[in-house]
Amino acid sequence: MMTRLIFAGYGGQGVILAGKLLAVAAMKSGKCVSHIPSYGVEMRGGTANCSVVVADEEIPSPLVFSPDIVCIFNEPSLIKFGPIVRKGGLLFFNTSLIDAEPNVPGVTCIPVPANTLAEEAGSYQTANMVMVGALVARVPELASLSALIAALPSTVSARKKDLLQLNEKALKSGFDLIQAPVSR
Amino acid sequence: MTATAEKILMKGNEAIGEAAVIAGCRYFFGYPITPQNEVPAYMAMRLPQVGGTFLQAESELAAINMVFGAAAAGARAMTSSSSPGISLKQEGISYLSGAELPAVVVNMMRGGPGLGNIAGSQGDYFQSTRGGGHGDYRHIVLAPASVQELADLTLLAFDLADQYRIVVLVLGDGYLGQMSEPLVLPQPSGKQFDKSGWALTGAKVREQHLVYSLLLSPEDALEKLNLRLQEKYRVIEKNETRHETYNTEDAEYLLVGFGMCARILRGAVVSLARAGVKAGLFRPITLWPFPYRELAAAARGRKKILVVEMNAGQMVEDVRLAVADSSPVDFYGRMGGMIPEVEAIVERVRGYVE
Repeated sequence: MMTRLIFAGYGGQGVILAGKLLAVAAMKSGKCVSHIPSYGVEMRGGTANCSVVVADEEIPSPLVFSPDIVCIFNEPSLIKFGPIVRKGGLLFFNTSLIDAEPNVPGVTCIPVPANTLAEEAGSYQTANMVMVGALVARVPELASLSALIAALPSTVSARKKDLLQLNEKALKSGFDLIQAPVSR
Repeated sequence: MTATAEKILMKGNEAIGEAAVIAGCRYFFGYPITPQNEVPAYMAMRLPQVGGTFLQAESELAAINMVFGAAAAGARAMTSSSSPGISLKQEGISYLSGAELPAVVVNMMRGGPGLGNIAGSQGDYFQSTRGGGHGDYRHIVLAPASVQELADLTLLAFDLADQYRIVVLVLGDGYLGQMSEPLVLPQPSGKQFDKSGWALTGAKVREQHLVYSLLLSPEDALEKLNLRLQEKYRVIEKNETRHETYNTEDAEYLLVGFGMCARILRGAVVSLARAGVKAGLFRPITLWPFPYRELAAAARGRKKILVVEMNAGQMVEDVRLAVADSSPVDFYGRMGGMIPEVEAIVERVRGYVE
């Protein structure tokens, strides 16, 4: 198994952290992982993204050109990364900030009202957590919800430790969004 | 590996910094440049915690000459930069080499020539292995291919530098520096090196030591130094040449690459095996000394050798020297910060089969 992902949004939405949390959780579950942020010549307020690879074997390149899965947080990122998803891949998109239904043939699009659920959980800043929660509910072989929660303390920066519970709540909320129809 | 060894997810550049601290490096002098800024940033945070000194110099020239000063005083000192900054440090590296001072220099290569860009590249192979500075000197070049190796080889670099009184260059690239991977922090080697015979530690109760590279008499001094250096370089070539092979037994095609390219080639070897094509990987870990003999042996009897680099073809010249006429050598490269993809390499090799 080798799954290549891209997390993309605008600077400040926590897409780099979302990818890092998944990488740490998968690593602690015994997977090979890599994480690399896009550090091109990005504009302030422009798109930010990171590539994450989760695998059972050694990872050749950490850079992802044709992702199996993308988590899209805003409209510019949808335009940039929607068309490069592999056929049969998954596209999670943040319906709170993306009005149009993505039109990507051969790709399953999964709506996640990330900002709305994040605000309900206590802060719109946890939209990244909602998305990661939804991601692992749909693709459980990447990492379990409990692995993500366990990875939070070592991933969230020290000065935001008081926000751990908030992040956990947002993770669960995204997870339940996808999981609920099955478990009920 | 110790029982307490725990995997952490760490960025390549930060792994270099922590490994240097573990190696006992207490002096870091640098000047900022992307994509290696996390090295000085990490050292600025970490060195004060262990009683060390981090200093952001006014220029690259100042930084490398501060390394000269600290090394002359017997300290473990390092600097790091990326391609354009390393070009500026070449004068200092030549002086360090002439004065036989141990020092660790890190180059996280970026796209060039000129100011280029901030993406990863391998365009500095010639500069690293042929001496970007003036004079008949060599320095050891280590080429890590993972975050774990960035740490392990940085640790090794300090020991090799002290053992041979030589500059050791850790040659990575912007992608390796920016990526995060699982890492088990290395243990200090515990090796001790006696510097009392040459280090400038105060000459009150002993004869004075001199550290310099100006030797005006060709006959009595400078040729003698050069002969001694060459003798040392031969010893290093004999003892410190490092490489790794993967799947080379009964491989029909041999893929050769260093650093980031080597891990992509390893992925290609795996893909090719699934398609029934027998390919193997030869990865030089030391670029100087280059594993000529080992590569010559590994290349014998192969249908084709494919060298892959993130440049226009630099290491391929050393591969041709090693392989001579025993097998045909092909080259595939990407430039300007582009990175080869596994699929492109697989396609290339499958083209040989048809």
